[in-house]
Order: sequence, then structure tokens, then C-alpha cells
Amino acid sequence: MIMSENKNWTPKIVAFCCNWCSYAGADLAGNNRLEYPGNVKIIRIPCSCRLNPLFILRAFQRGADGVILCGCHPGDCHYSTGNYFARRRMTLLFSMLDFLGIEKGRTRVEWCSAAEGVRFAGIMNDFVKQITELGECKKLEDVRCKTN
Amino acid sequence: MLSIAADKIDSLFELIGSKQPLYLPVDNNSGKADFKKWEKGVKLSSALKTVRSAKDFFFPKTEHMVSYKVCGKEIEVEDPRKDVEDFVIFGVRACDAKGFECIDNVYMHMNPQDSYYTNRREHGTVITLACNEPVKECFCSTYGIDASLAKASGDVSSWCADGTFYFAANTDKGKKFLEAAASVLKDADDKAVEATKKSISEKIEKLPFAHLDISKLGKVTPEQMNKIFDKDNKTKIWEKASEACLGCGTCTYVCPTCMCFDVRDFATGTDKGIRQVRCWDSCMYNDFTQMAAENPRHTQKERSRQRFMHKLVYYPMAHEGLFSCVGCGRCLESCPVNMNIVKVIKMIQEAGEL
Amino acid sequence: MQDKLIARAKELLAEGKVQKVVGWKKGLFEDDITPAVFTTAEELDKDFVFNKYCKANLSKYLVKITREIEVAKSTTRMNNTMAKQRDPNAEDKPIPQAVVLVFLKPSDTYSFTQLLKENRITRGDVYAIGVPCQDTLDGGDVCENCKNKKPVSCDELIGIEADIEPVESARMAEVAKLEAMTADERDAFWKNEFSRCLRCNACRDICPACTCEKCVFDNNKLYTSQKVAETNFEESLFHIIRAWHVAGRCTDCGECSRVCPQHIPLYLLNRKFIKDINEIYGEYQAGSDMETKPAMLTFNAEGDPETTIVYDRSHDKEAE
Repeated sequence: MIMSENKNWTPKIVAFCCNWCSYAGADLAGNNRLEYPGNVKIIRIPCSCRLNPLFILRAFQRGADGVILCGCHPGDCHYSTGNYFARRRMTLLFSMLDFLGIEKGRTRVEWCSAAEGVRFAGIMNDFVKQITELGECKKLEDVRCKTN
Repeated sequence: MLSIAADKIDSLFELIGSKQPLYLPVDNNSGKADFKKWEKGVKLSSALKTVRSAKDFFFPKTEHMVSYKVCGKEIEVEDPRKDVEDFVIFGVRACDAKGFECIDNVYMHMNPQDSYYTNRREHGTVITLACNEPVKECFCSTYGIDASLAKASGDVSSWCADGTFYFAANTDKGKKFLEAAASVLKDADDKAVEATKKSISEKIEKLPFAHLDISKLGKVTPEQMNKIFDKDNKTKIWEKASEACLGCGTCTYVCPTCMCFDVRDFATGTDKGIRQVRCWDSCMYNDFTQMAAENPRHTQKERSRQRFMHKLVYYPMAHEGLFSCVGCGRCLESCPVNMNIVKVIKMIQEAGEL
Repeated sequence: MQDKLIARAKELLAEGKVQKVVGWKKGLFEDDITPAVFTTAEELDKDFVFNKYCKANLSKYLVKITREIEVAKSTTRMNNTMAKQRDPNAEDKPIPQAVVLVFLKPSDTYSFTQLLKENRITRGDVYAIGVPCQDTLDGGDVCENCKNKKPVSCDELIGIEADIEPVESARMAEVAKLEAMTADERDAFWKNEFSRCLRCNACRDICPACTCEKCVFDNNKLYTSQKVAETNFEESLFHIIRAWHVAGRCTDCGECSRVCPQHIPLYLLNRKFIKDINEIYGEYQAGSDMETKPAMLTFNAEGDPETTIVYDRSHDKEAE
């Protein structure tokens, strides 16, 4: 069920991928011609720990409907401990966003290694499906930065 | 004098509110009152003061000034001033109404005129309401403001006495308003109103700050000015006065006479439209009057001093003795560290030997 | 109580043990109290007051005052070094020692300890006296459910015991109530509250955990500047970001909600973070000691749950 006033709405997803594992995983998915929707925009960051919560808020401000952070598996971070901090940070942030009314389903953290191209495509397909069901996110949108 | 029973006041609101926007003080879920647009079911608050003053309607928190868009070789300009409709504000206290006069002096009667403010002033009808129960933080009488509305204030003056609201028009706009409401209003004599005015005046006389002596503040001599300003920090009065100040700006936002603003531009989206907005600014912020090199008012002491000198000394000097403070007492109630202008008045009087 | 405190302060001033006193100053009415610095016994006698309206948390003023003391010391040390270079027989000027006396209510002592932990206050420059809360009850829900009754890090206590049993408090009840609504109901609640926000920044300015030299909101180039918000987004944004920045460091002193001119219940946001941290990462009270690292600055490699715990812990009503 697509919930949106705009009949032409398609979900806009922002995916922050850590350079060493998940971005390489995305590359692998591409090399193997695995399909996932084109409305996922990937932003490469050096480590999942680089993700400042302000980036997530900025994404929602500019009209994103869902934000996902992909990083190395815990214990395998290229910088040893980055994803442990990211895990704590994101847990609290998502809980707070939920407390303020942004549904839990709009944010996610997934761990995906460089060898898991199939897994990456699967995550993206699943997330897009989830956001499509949740519908358009108008709660944090800022009319001054609309992208359309 | 026209009147309506207090328990029927909703019918007056409905009559007016269904034709044009009507704003009145309403209790919100924190237990304080704020001006809200009337809609069915909204009840008039019995609070003495709203947290923010009524200046919000003529000088709003944020105001869209203009938008530009490039269409080929043309530039399309959108002017939101034409979208302002006639509106009515009910329940404005005498202090807030006097505050309009202070802002009018600068934005309406000086050149260049502030057309946004003037536009809203022309569209607004102000209905003042006398203060039945003034509180200890009020000191409007110091500035000659009459909370019992014995002097005409706003477009229509109103009183609540003996379970009845009474109205008297002061201007043509006021007369028009009462004509539009004629179907729910009855004729009445002014006996109850006179009694209320007298009882309010008596209550005001008993307030602790009913008559602070500000007679000399409006015309200080250069010698007194030097003592008050304390440029060389000899008496350290401003340091002591501002040591707890956080520079948060709350006082400027709740004050009925503070009128500084900042203008900002935003690019809206990929069609390259530009939207210009003005919003309230506060002289207490550390980037107020920020220039390329630096901010000439380095510390909170200079900023606090500037604000109080502006309200009590500079503004009356420029505007024939009219003070830029109306004694509403909101700064006393809202300041996080309880600084307030009454303490400063006493301090200035002592320092300048006024 | 007030007389005891004034007497002790005068004693310490007279003995030269402290040079400044940070306390509360009388105003025009009983409930009109301003934080102030006293330097003489006369000033204390004239203006010092201690009653149930002394809610202000004085620990934040110590940041500025101790920095002034330290700067005076290091300037003198530097001048001494320069003088020696010019003339090896030059006499060292004495390093100006100064100590400031501060009165801290139990809740304030936690903010004080937190600031010490973050190296914002120099411990040697402060003489802290713990004093009891005078039933400052009309702080609303924040004071009613205060957990911080046991004072920490004080040099001396007057009128209060060092060992107080921790109190069972219902301070998370309102947070739990909000958690039990649907996401849309919560959104409506917060949009309603934040619509009154003036961006006066009083909450940030009074918060003892917000001591950044240049706050992220002081930057006019960013969309988070300190002026009045133009859109809903900016109003909410300020509060989300500020609650986030103090997460794990907030001692739940309640000052933010007390000073808000529009009476927005900001303590709910900070308590939500505290509740989450307590439940997911273990009970933690910011500022209770000098050693424990705050939750956001540490991790437990094996023990930390995945972010999906946000779903498992959810108490949302089922939306229709």
C-alpha cells in the first residue's frame, strides 16, 4: 500500500556506505549485475563511524524518505573500533528519532562485507520495499531545501 | 457603550471569527496563555498576560518578504504583502497596545517606512482589554500607561465587569468592528465600567513599582550620561548587572517594544528561486552587529548596557521622552537568571545621581 | 540555613582561603534570585540569600571564573620566563593563587563533577560546599522525581549528609507515557510543543553540559544558526541536536525546562536518552564519579546489542 498524496511518488533513499566493506560490497553487486532500485543514492564515507547524526537529519531535511547506514561487521572494522561507536550512536539516534515521531522503519543499520554483493542487493531491495510501504516522509522536510 | 454577557462571548467570537481571522489569548498545555487563531471550541484565557506580546501580529517571528524566480530572461517577483488579510486581535492589554506606538514611531513614521509592518498595521483591528488583576511584576503606571483603559487605547477598548463585557470604539476601525458585531451586542450604560476603572486604578497604586521615578531618565545631561555609561569601568555597575546574563535573548523576544530583525536569503530547490525572509534578532547575541573585523561589543556587559541604555535613555532622547519600555513585566517573569529592567532603572538612577 | 552559609563564607574569605564567592543574590521579590559573585563580607551580608527559590545551578559559572584564574597564573608564569631571559637575576613575580567558593545543591554537584571530568574546571581553584535543596518543589516533574539527592565531589557539607540512600523515583513515567503513543501521535505532540519555541537558546545557555567555545548553533552559515526558526524543521532540529550533544553527559538537573520562557518540557528529551542508556548500556548517572566513561565514549564489543533493539524495545500502540 503506497501512502502518498503524490501519485508519482517514488521513495528516495540515502545509503551511507563505509569505504572498505559495504561500498566494496556495492561494487561487487554491480559487477555481478545484481539488480536493486535506482532510487537508492549511495554516499561513500571512510568508516561508518564518520556518520555524524546531523547527516541523517540533513538527508531528511532535503526530502529523503529513508536513510540506511552500511558498515563493516562488528569486529572487522578497517579502523578496528569505528563500527562499535557507530552502533551505539545509531541505536540512540534511531530511538530518539522514533521518540520524536520519525517511524523506526525509516532508518536502519546493516553490516555488509566486501564479499557480500548478493547480501547488499538484498538489503537495498528490502529497505526500498519497507520505505515504499511507509510512504512519503514529510515530518522533517524543509521547504527551503526541496530537491524537486 | 455596548455590551455582551461574558458567557455569551463565544457568539461574538463566532460572528467575527467566521468572517476574518480573529486572534485571542488561549491557554496552552503548559498552563500559560498565548495568542491563537479563533476556531470553534477555543476558549478565551483568563490569564493576565500572554507569554509573548501582541507585537507578533504586526512584527511576526518570521516574515516572508519576497521571492524571486528566474523564468527565461524575466525575473518573477512574488510579493506576499498582498496576501495579508484584515484581522482582529482581541484581549490586548494596555501595555502591549502602547508597545505598538513605540514600534510605530520607528517603522511607520520614519523615512523609509517599513511597508511590511505598515501593511499589517493597516489590516489589523486592535481590541484592548482592561486588566482586572494586575500583578506585582507590572509597572505600566510608571510610564503613564493606564491599565484600566481610562485613556483610549487601541481601536476598541473593552472591560470585563460583573460578568459582562463592555466595548467602546476609539477609532473609525473600531466603530466598523462594533457595527459588524451589532447583532450580538446590546446598549449599556457605563456605571459598571466606571466602577471597574476605579477599582483597577486602586489596585495599581498598591503595586510595588507603580511609580518608579523616571522623570530625569528621559533627559540626562552629558555629565550624568558619562556617570551612567561608566566607560572606564570605574563603578563597575554594568559588570555587576550583567555578570549572570546568559545572552540568550529571551527578554528581547517577549518584549513588546523590541524590534530588531535579521534578513536572510534561501535558495529554494533546483529551479533556483530565492526566498528572502526576515526573522527576529537579538542584541544580546554575540554576533549582533558583527562586522568583517569583529563585533564592537565584545562582551555581554557591553551588550546588556546597550540594550538598557537604548530602552531608557537613547530612545526617549530621540522620541520626545517616550520610553521604549511599557512596564509589562514579561522580562521579569521570563529571564532565566532574573535580571530585569526595574533593577537596572534603580541602578542607573543611583549611578547618575538622578 | 542562610545565616550559616553567609557565616561560613565570611569565615573563609577572612582566612584568605577563598577570594570570591559564587552564590545567589537577592532581588526585588522573594522569588527573584540572580546568581552573583561576591568578593567582600559586606556584599554577602547585604545581598546573599538562600531559600527555596535558589534553583539556579551555579556550576556552569565556574568554567569562566576558573579559566580567568588559570589565565592569570599562566600569564604571570610566562612573564617571569621572559623576564629571566632578559635578566637572569630578575625576581619571579608570585603566581596569583585564587580560589572561588561555590555553593552546590546535590543535583548541581553532579554537573560540577561532569565538568571536572571534562577538564572544563580546574579543581584546585574551587572550594565546593554542598548544601541541601530547600524543597524547591515547584520545579514541576523535574524536582519531584529527582534522583540526585546524594552530593558528590564536595570539599565540605553544610546541612546535608554525605551518605544518602538512592531514591526510587518515577522520573521516567512521563517518558514511558509518550513511548506508548503511536509515532504520529508523538510527532503531533512534539510539533505542538516546538511550535512555541523562540530559539532564544536559554536552554543551551544555562545547560552545564553545553560549554563549547563555539557552539554548532553559533554558525550563521549553517542551517542550524541561532536565530528564530523559519520552518518546523529548524525548530525540531535544534532540540534533537542539542539533546544528542548532551546525551550521556546530561545529569538531569532540569535547568533547561525551568528556564524555557515557553515552558516546553525539554527534560523529556534528555530523560529519554538517559532511559535508553540505562536500559541498553547499563545504569549510568552522569557526573557521579570521575572515572566512568560516558556511554557515548565507550563501547562493549561483545555486549552491545544491534540497532534492531529499537524495534524490540518499542512500546508503541498499534496504529490503526
